Amino acid sequence: MAVIKVTRDNFEAEVLKSDKPVLADFNADWCGPCRMLAPTLEEIAAERDDVKVVSINIDDEDILAEDYGVSSIPCLVVFKNGSEVNRSIGLRPKDAVLELLR
Amino acid sequence: MKYDIIIVGAGPAGMTAAIYARRANKTALLLEAASYGGQIINAHKIENYPAEPHISGFDFATKMYEQAKELGAEFRFEKVIAIKDNGDTKVVSTPSAEYECGAVIIATGSDKRKLGVAREDELVGRGVSYCAACDGAFFRKKTVAVAGGTRTALEDALYLADIAEKVYLIHRLDKFHGAEADYERLQARDNVEFLLNCEITALNADKKLESINVKSKDGSTQTVEVSGLFVAVGRVPENQNFASVIDLDEKGYAVSGEDCLTKTKGIFVAGDNRVKQVRQLVTAAADGAVAATAAVKYLNS
Repeated sequence: MAVIKVTRDNFEAEVLKSDKPVLADFNADWCGPCRMLAPTLEEIAAERDDVKVVSINIDDEDILAEDYGVSSIPCLVVFKNGSEVNRSIGLRPKDAVLELLR
Repeated sequence: MKYDIIIVGAGPAGMTAAIYARRANKTALLLEAASYGGQIINAHKIENYPAEPHISGFDFATKMYEQAKELGAEFRFEKVIAIKDNGDTKVVSTPSAEYECGAVIIATGSDKRKLGVAREDELVGRGVSYCAACDGAFFRKKTVAVAGGTRTALEDALYLADIAEKVYLIHRLDKFHGAEADYERLQARDNVEFLLNCEITALNADKKLESINVKSKDGSTQTVEVSGLFVAVGRVPENQNFASVIDLDEKGYAVSGEDCLTKTKGIFVAGDNRVKQVRQLVTAAADGAVAATAAVKYLNS
């Protein structure tokens, strides 16, 4: 699957009510490390059918960022059954991102 | 297979070294812990690199990466944990492999220095940040503090003064060496307050940073309410794993001159992890060229 773009309108359906674990990437276009991380997330989305990878632009979705206490990007948050179970800040190698999903 | 040159670190110094090595027809492997580009990818805009008047750090790094790849440099994303000198062969180790080569260029750059206060790691991304350009936007109309007396600290404070409601600048001395002009510009801002001769002793948070405890040299203490703390207390060279093959100064920088040579024949250093006066993109790239040229000369001799 591809990375899904999530906004406040589909956040509940795509993230909170997802039947699969969700890897949510809070990012911005102007953020270099976010752009560096993007290919890794695309790979994971393509390779892992058991995980949904979503992208949330913090400039467009500042309320979502605020609600989830995001104050540094890139910020990866893993949701299971609607709750946060893991989080990491900053550029991470692929192994470390996969580790978040364990 | 044995490589001609292994380059440790794929920032601007390392990638430039790779470009020069390949153009001299030497095989080159770059080993990098995280991602190519190094700290420059955090730069929103680069405006001091000749012939590139305006470019983002990400685009700059990607162009360098593509240039090195096109010339045939090989990249692997593994962290180098040791370098062993066996004379004509050097052995470079990562957690998953050992690589042999004729010459090594250490271009590992530097990492942010932490403040060293309890809960700092836990609060990264929850109010604590090391990059005002990256994270400043989250603190629009809020109160923040900048810790440090470096030029970066003052630049961060100026940047944040435009965004935040109020900025505290906290410095353990009362002088800003080499950054007096920025200090004057900051003093002219109504929403900047200086806490000089002061140290941060505690970070107070429930889920997010709420306040910090500040202790002055005169012994007085205060609690300052802030939503964000930007740490700019300098950087630490990443040479710790290589002390057996290169000399380090008291701050951990690799001892070397502009020739990029080290005490070990066939091992060179390039970029911000080396003792030098000016740490800029263009000087890192220059080091890459000098080190690679020296490595090629060493291999050919």
